[in-house]
Amino acid sequence: MNPVNYLYLSALLFTIGATGVLIRRNAIVVFMCIELMLNACNLAFVVFSRMHGNLDGQIIAFFTMVVAAAEVVVGLAIIVSLFRTRHSASVDDASLMKL
Amino acid sequence: MENLIALLIAAPLLGAAVLLVGGRRLDAVGHWIGTLLSTTSFVFGVILFADLLGKDAEHRTLTQHLWTWISVGSFQADVTFRLDQLSMTFVLLITGVGSLIHLYSVGYMEHDERRRRFFGYLNLFLAAMLLLVLADNYLLLYVGWEGVGLASYLLIGFWQHKPSAATAAKKAFIVNRVGDMGLSIAIMLMFTTFGSFAFGPVFSHVGDTSEGKLTAIGLMLLLAACGKSAQVPLQSWLGDAMEGPTPVSALIHAATMVTAGVYLIVRSSAIFNAAPDAQLAVTVVGAVTLLFGAIVGCAKDDIKKALAGSTMSQIGYMVLAAGLGPIGYVFAIMHLVTHGFFKAGLFLGAGSVMHGMNDEVDMRRYGGLRKYMPITFITFGLGYLAIIGFPGLSGFFSKDKIIEAAFAKGGTEGWILGGAALLGAAITAFYMTRVMLMTFFGEKRWQPDENGNEPHPHESPKVMTIPMVVLAFGSVFAGGLFSFGDRFLDWLEPVTGHSEGDSPLSAGTVTGATMVCLLIGVGLAYAQYGRKPVPAVAPRGSLLTRAARRDLLQDDFNHVVLVRGGEHLTRSLVYVDHTLVDGVVNGTAATFGGLSGRLRKLQNGFARSYAVSMFGGAALLVAATLLMRAV
Repeated sequence: MNPVNYLYLSALLFTIGATGVLIRRNAIVVFMCIELMLNACNLAFVVFSRMHGNLDGQIIAFFTMVVAAAEVVVGLAIIVSLFRTRHSASVDDASLMKL
Repeated sequence: MENLIALLIAAPLLGAAVLLVGGRRLDAVGHWIGTLLSTTSFVFGVILFADLLGKDAEHRTLTQHLWTWISVGSFQADVTFRLDQLSMTFVLLITGVGSLIHLYSVGYMEHDERRRRFFGYLNLFLAAMLLLVLADNYLLLYVGWEGVGLASYLLIGFWQHKPSAATAAKKAFIVNRVGDMGLSIAIMLMFTTFGSFAFGPVFSHVGDTSEGKLTAIGLMLLLAACGKSAQVPLQSWLGDAMEGPTPVSALIHAATMVTAGVYLIVRSSAIFNAAPDAQLAVTVVGAVTLLFGAIVGCAKDDIKKALAGSTMSQIGYMVLAAGLGPIGYVFAIMHLVTHGFFKAGLFLGAGSVMHGMNDEVDMRRYGGLRKYMPITFITFGLGYLAIIGFPGLSGFFSKDKIIEAAFAKGGTEGWILGGAALLGAAITAFYMTRVMLMTFFGEKRWQPDENGNEPHPHESPKVMTIPMVVLAFGSVFAGGLFSFGDRFLDWLEPVTGHSEGDSPLSAGTVTGATMVCLLIGVGLAYAQYGRKPVPAVAPRGSLLTRAARRDLLQDDFNHVVLVRGGEHLTRSLVYVDHTLVDGVVNGTAATFGGLSGRLRKLQNGFARSYAVSMFGGAALLVAATLLMRAV
């Protein structure tokens, strides 16, 4: 099977994720979309690794997972505390940091 | 002996410090402290004078170095005093006449509760003037110059509760400031030209300097002299300065202040000798002023203002003589000294008259005072005879020499300057006779003042009449003493140099012409004020008279040209400042303010819009990268 197809899939997933981040208001969904973008990147790394025949991409995919795991911890904590204070998970409600 | 020079200045300076710092507890004795210290300075002066007389003419210059004032790299200013024949003459005049005026003030200011302060200022005045004439370099001279300005300001405005006095003091200070600018520019020019402003180096380098630079320095020095000596065009302060107590007027007009300009020109003779254009300017200023002052003096009814016009005119003679170069320097100083005697005498006499007349100054309300104030009458009369140049008295010798010197200038200039000086002599005779007749002769025209107090003219106390008598002696004999055997000439020549010039007229002719002018002036004044009764209210008078009463429109001229001109200039500058300068600054600020206002809108607090900008930015970067690779 042609590896380029995986790249198309990766681009598609990334686009879906980015669109989700931009248009959805629910923080959980936005968060999931970010995960989707990260995993689209992971897929692209693995595909490139396969195409070029070395393992650099695979290694970076691991790094990305670690970062994603850390991000999940911090991000979920923020969302939970946000929900506790505002009783809402909408990202548009958290707009205090403006002039 | 040299060490005495600093004491000359230190004595009155100490007096000023003690009297001004000492406060009320010195009120009872303050005036005697001031007089004593001023007299001490005079005694030191006499000792030094005797010392100088005992030396050869070439060795009559003493210098005393006190300390180095400023030393920066090659620049050095010293506090050094120089006593030569010229400064010695001034020292004796300043301290001698100054001490007499101190003594007179003891009586004149008796009822003034601020008398101690007055004496402190008088001492300060003397100290500043002595510093001016004893300085060995122009920078130190400048210190004295400014000190004189300060002291004159304090004294002219001594009765500062009168708005007119406060204004007059300010006027004197500000007009003098214009002249001071001239002196400071001259000093700066000297420093760039000669690299020094000590008299010795400056005068010895005059020979290898271009005439243009010397002319510039000379003209700036002339401007300075105009300010201090009340010469046209900076003459306007002198008349108003009469607001000060009368002894101050005597001090300013005879011993200090107005003589400073003449001193400056004569002291800088080396510069002026090498700059004929500057010399010409000096003579023109002198000739114009001597006529200007004389005409103003003719029209004034205020006795002090008439005398002030006379001072302006006499200083004009001195400046004219100083501008003539080596022909005239000696006579400028000789006239300055004799003038110091008779003008101080006249002012003290005027003060004595005012003292007896409830401070009335209008001569139209005097008349017939000779019976009531015999000593004042005689001393004033001798001063009067001296100033008009009555043969044998002081003014005759000195003024006659100046007129001769003016003719000796040669050529058309000589005729014009000599003619102006002769005309001035006639007008002098006219206005002084007028003052004399209106004050001491004719019928009584006294009127009660606004409080209804009838004046009771009386002779002043001894403490006031003694100085007047001493000055009257000077007015009578000083000229003859100086002239016979050319004593003054021999004394001063080593400093100023002297040359005879070639006069188209013989000395006898000039003297004869002067006498004719004198008689015409006296005769006209007698016909006008002696034969006919003097109206108690001034008649309207001719156009010239009315202009002269307004000081020949000097203040109107200053107001229209300088004040209005200055206002217009500042207004236009303010306009430029507001529109152009502020416009640029405010415009820049408004632009950035507006821009940041717009930019601020981007900070709307919505995380998703930030995300959009991030994506947009990232997309732009990717697009740019791709574009670059394609190219």
